[in-house]
Amino acid sequence: MVSVCFYFQVHQPHRLRKYHVFEIGNGGNYFDEEKNEAICRKVSEKCYLPANNLIYDLIHETDGRFKVCYSITGAVLEQFEKYYPKVTESFIDLVDTGLVELLDETYYHSLAFLYSEKEFMEQIELHRKQMKEIFNYKPRVFRNTELIYNNRVAQLAEKMGYDGVLAEGADRVLGWRSPNFVYRPTATEEIKLMLKNYRLSDDIAFRFSERSWEGWPLTADKFASWVSAVNGNGNVVNLFMDYETFGEHQWEDTGIFQFLKHLPRKILDGGNDFKTPSEVLSSYKPMAELDIHHIVSWADVERDLSAWMGNRMQQTAMEQLYGMEQEIKETGDYQLIEDWRKLQTGDHLYYMCTKWFNDGDVHKYFNAYDRPHDAFIAFMNVLADLKIRLRES
Amino acid sequence: MQKTIKILMFGWEFPPFNSGGLGTACYGLTRGLSRNNAEIVFVLPRASGVKNENYMKILNTAALDIDNGSIKFKTIDSILTPYLSSESYINERYNNTKIEVDEKLMYGEDLFSEVMRYSQEAKIIASKEEYDVIHCHDWLTFPAGIEAKKIAKMRGINTPLIAHVHATEFDRTAGNPNQAVYNVERHGMHKADAVIAVSNYTKNMVMNHYGIDGKKIHVIHNSIDYMPSYSSEEFKIKKHHKIVLFVGRMTIQKGPDHFLWIAKKIAEKDDNIRFVMVGSGDMFPFIVEEAANLGIGDKVFFADFMPQKDVERAYRMADVYVMPSLSEPFGITALESMKNGTPVIVSKQSGVSEIIKNCIIVDFWDINRIADNIINVLYDSDTRNKLVGGSMEEIKKFSWNEPARKCIQLYNSLILNKKPLPA
Repeated sequence: MVSVCFYFQVHQPHRLRKYHVFEIGNGGNYFDEEKNEAICRKVSEKCYLPANNLIYDLIHETDGRFKVCYSITGAVLEQFEKYYPKVTESFIDLVDTGLVELLDETYYHSLAFLYSEKEFMEQIELHRKQMKEIFNYKPRVFRNTELIYNNRVAQLAEKMGYDGVLAEGADRVLGWRSPNFVYRPTATEEIKLMLKNYRLSDDIAFRFSERSWEGWPLTADKFASWVSAVNGNGNVVNLFMDYETFGEHQWEDTGIFQFLKHLPRKILDGGNDFKTPSEVLSSYKPMAELDIHHIVSWADVERDLSAWMGNRMQQTAMEQLYGMEQEIKETGDYQLIEDWRKLQTGDHLYYMCTKWFNDGDVHKYFNAYDRPHDAFIAFMNVLADLKIRLRES
Repeated sequence: MQKTIKILMFGWEFPPFNSGGLGTACYGLTRGLSRNNAEIVFVLPRASGVKNENYMKILNTAALDIDNGSIKFKTIDSILTPYLSSESYINERYNNTKIEVDEKLMYGEDLFSEVMRYSQEAKIIASKEEYDVIHCHDWLTFPAGIEAKKIAKMRGINTPLIAHVHATEFDRTAGNPNQAVYNVERHGMHKADAVIAVSNYTKNMVMNHYGIDGKKIHVIHNSIDYMPSYSSEEFKIKKHHKIVLFVGRMTIQKGPDHFLWIAKKIAEKDDNIRFVMVGSGDMFPFIVEEAANLGIGDKVFFADFMPQKDVERAYRMADVYVMPSLSEPFGITALESMKNGTPVIVSKQSGVSEIIKNCIIVDFWDINRIADNIINVLYDSDTRNKLVGGSMEEIKKFSWNEPARKCIQLYNSLILNKKPLPA
């Protein structure tokens, strides 16, 4: 028997306004409320609400044998609260079934791990608190932004009391090993590592509607047979993907909802089952130790940091931003700290990415700007304003 | 009373539909001409994206500013814009999704066939107009001017053709001209009865590179219509930082890369100075990335292309304006900056440096010296006050009447001296 573990990432950034050079020093109002609201509503209606409803129904139709897991960022929950509270309620209903697990991550979907462990842990604490407040839930498993991972992430997550951590099952860290087992990260005691099966995950997330792909059209039957093929060669198939896959990245007319609707029954009929990450961790022992020293992520073909840190614009933005940490925190100014943290969201850096090769299409689709340079300019103008506020406080 | 002169003028752009100094100059010159008893039919390309009636409405509103309503616009549908290269024309022609397919078919397959098509369209317009002189602004319009002269010839009149050179291919490409563009320029200048150069600097260029007799070249410097600018707008950034300004298209001609190197020098000495770069162009992405590469990404701010009223705000926000052009036929922005009370540092390789006194003139490549001068202007109050006071006083005498009168003089002498057509 193979277990299928679905984890969906739910996130929207606080997108920036085109902050003009003439406005530097005016203080505040950095975010494009109108656009953020429009996108929040659109994605909620196309994806979050219909997908939540479908999953709720599937849980009941399968008598609880279908189960899933979410990681919902603080940034998106703030936007639901402001623009579309119904979405939060819908997630609460799901969590209340007891068959939906929630993960912890950095509240602002940030890359803080790369620059400041202090800030990293503070943001995880913020997220923990938020999960408690909104869902009355205490996550047991941690995932870092964009599945950015190395041994250190696992060590910190263990220190913070988590049972498990998620990462990308990238070929270069696995080598001949399979992502379909649980592992033990190097230099940890108890914490376990779950790896994304990127082939099967991306078959749904990226290739589902790709007509030139040999697997097209992807049916629930076909996919279930691929999952079954793992029998004898693994315990668990980890399907990690953006939740927006359903209805947003893959539009409704591609048949993505129909696929999801039929998949649980097909998987169960094949003698396999669904597990949440915590269930996986309590069911399976680590197969081996996995030493991941160099950072991996789930982005692009490189599966490294180049989508956020690949050019000097991105590095400049990050260096400048994290260079302010101590001074910003010393002010104790809540608004200032919050604005600074909202700027840490990885999406701002992703928009500045200039590699337009294999992943160019994906980058363009997700980019709020025409040119990566415009993203850099808007970001740096806001940062200059933030610095002036810091000076004046 | 002087007789009214009728001018058939071919331009490329006119405010507010302009992306550079050529439109500004045409606007100023036509305004000056209309105040000097001239009637102008101004022919220009109308790019897609703006509906014809709206386009004319906006142009005519702009023209209201021009006395007597003595300017009429005629447009030719075309995707020609002043700062187009062969490559960027192809890109626009084939990749601009805003242009309808059937409309695209109308346009030339490459830049040169479009310029020729444009000149044929211009011929039709010319055949419906009466004119005493033909006045063309820069190379794209030269073939159109030649066609208009042919039309006049068919009527038995040897109408003078004037080629007004605002920039040559040598300026635009920092000395690496496109041969085909050069050929059109050269042919136009030779066919013209007179060439107007916007500076002595440009006159020399036209003599040396295009083989035009100096006697045929008339230097008429650009100008501005001085009006005191009153604004109480405060820029909060000024409480913390001094601002050094760049205004110009981000192309090799304007030296945006030199500006960054200057900024880098200054940033090494003074952490508090900030740099604002206004303008866009083919080098824009490179320049933005280069600022980050140089480690001054937090000190250089990019304002992209802005409408003129915002450019004026940028001058007022700045403490000093630097024009590090590699080759600048004139450089109207220097006058605009002075008008707004902001001192200027201009490249020696420019036309404007021939006619202003209260400015600092430098070699564009002399990064260290420019950096020192900037710091001096920012912090030495004697230097600063002298420059600001002097340039505010000096700029008051500027008006487009002066170049317009020189043009009229030139028209009259050409009309008087025109040779009869051979029988």
